[in-house]
Amino acid sequence: MKAIRPENPADPVISLRGVTAELGSRPVLRGIDLTVHRGEVVALLGANGSGKSTAVRTVIGQVPVSGGEIEIFGTPRRRFRDWARVGYVPQRTTAAGGVPATVTEVVSSGRLSRARFGVLRKADREAVHRALAHVGMTDRAKDSVNALSGGQHQRVLIARALASEPELLIMDEPMAGVDLASQEVLAATLREQVAAGASVLLVLHELGPLEPLIDRAVVLRDGCVVHDGPPPAAVGQHALPGHDHVHPHTADAEPVRTGLLS
Amino acid sequence: MEILNYAFMQRALLAAVLVGITAPAVGIYLVQRRQALMGDGIGHVAMTGVGLGFLLSTSPVWMATAVAVVGSVLMELIRWYGRTRGDIALAMLFYGGMAGGVMLINLAPGGSNANLSSYLFGSLSTVSQGDVLAICVLAALVVLVTLGLRRQLFAVSQDEEFARVTGLPVRALNLLTAITAAVTVTVAMRVVGLLLVSALMVVPVAAAQQLSRSFAATFAIAVTIGVGVTLGGTVTSYYQDVPPGATIVLLTIAVFIALTALATPLARRRARAVAAATGGEAGATDCVLPEAAAGAGTAPQPAPEKVPDSRTPAPR
Repeated sequence: MKAIRPENPADPVISLRGVTAELGSRPVLRGIDLTVHRGEVVALLGANGSGKSTAVRTVIGQVPVSGGEIEIFGTPRRRFRDWARVGYVPQRTTAAGGVPATVTEVVSSGRLSRARFGVLRKADREAVHRALAHVGMTDRAKDSVNALSGGQHQRVLIARALASEPELLIMDEPMAGVDLASQEVLAATLREQVAAGASVLLVLHELGPLEPLIDRAVVLRDGCVVHDGPPPAAVGQHALPGHDHVHPHTADAEPVRTGLLS
Repeated sequence: MEILNYAFMQRALLAAVLVGITAPAVGIYLVQRRQALMGDGIGHVAMTGVGLGFLLSTSPVWMATAVAVVGSVLMELIRWYGRTRGDIALAMLFYGGMAGGVMLINLAPGGSNANLSSYLFGSLSTVSQGDVLAICVLAALVVLVTLGLRRQLFAVSQDEEFARVTGLPVRALNLLTAITAAVTVTVAMRVVGLLLVSALMVVPVAAAQQLSRSFAATFAIAVTIGVGVTLGGTVTSYYQDVPPGATIVLLTIAVFIALTALATPLARRRARAVAAATGGEAGATDCVLPEAAAGAGTAPQPAPEKVPDSRTPAPR
């Protein structure tokens, strides 16, 4: 499946060097270095406001950087065009928009990076079916996303990222607000992807059920890297099995969008 | 059908059908982006174009199209760059557009606000041959964009951030949506009027949502409702001698209310069917954590129970 390209396989799939970024006038990243090598699973950890989501969003170009260099598959981000190789799961509590849409419709939009002019051929529809099967949502394919639970929304968002059959997965808090059953499905999905050779950059609030998969953890604090190495051992309450972490910031994370003003 | 014997009614009915198709076709993307009122803003800005058309003695339809397109592009730019006080900038654009229209039309030779009224609320008898030609060309453009690029527009309107990572030209598509909405406003201007255009973009979509589960079905039902109410409203307007714009909008709202009343029991039945098919899974998701906790607890539980068992013989 993976295209052969004249790029050095030793190149990291993601490389940030001295990246700085501001939101408004507030510095959020103060020069971070972050590398994800081929086949590696890297977790980006840190407290709320430490800049972990911003770091990921600079990689996909959603947040402009004010300094430093970003490379994806060895290509400077500005010149990178091969987005079909990247699967992105944004931080969301819902996959729904303002109009009803079926699970298949939402997941199909993830295939647009491979479908020329937006025409979905047989191979594209099969890829969408495979992506739905990966997250165990085949039986809900024709249902409206509005009818899904929080964990199922997250499964749909991940299937959408998998629809382009990416080599690199970037996920922003994929476990936020997800029930245990869905967490296990998501961990299994990720395990399959890693076994198939995918590289993964994950933003996580805590390691949770994904811990055995993670090769390396990068911890941010106040926009600086304070740890880059093996995942830190869970301590205190976080170490307890079945520890139920509530994410108060994700419950209503969707900004209130009213009419024109959004 | 004596109604079809009049050339002005033939033109009005043709314009009505085109409005019924285009307004919901664009509106669905605006509703999906939760920018339902954008059409209303564009309508306000287009008034300056109508005024300019009168002042320069050119076609108000083409002038309104040009000004509405400039206004919608400005709104999109404000959305990108002016995140902090974007609402204030938009308010100034809307009311500046409306005030500009009123002022320009008063400056036009022989112009008065009476001329403006047919543009604000729609009028059947004033749809001219030239208007119909303009409406046909613009409507064809709108249909081409909203159907031809439906997958791309769906992706961008559903999740802009994700669409960027699929490599779609998000900014270009956003601008295209804004321009298409502006063009639709001027297509609909002669029939429903600038102040009521937005209703026809939003209400058929809202009504269609009551029945549908998919985007494709919502699109088809919304356009069907749109054509139905514009035709019905135009004919009613002719026979009852009532303003067409108001008739069409009230009819659309009536359809919305009727479908909502119909759909509520339907949705309840559907939810019950889903719950039955998945073995009550819809409720199970809430119970996963307690269940897992109970599952973890079952393992140690037998042990304490055995302790009393082993002890019971002792007192005997």
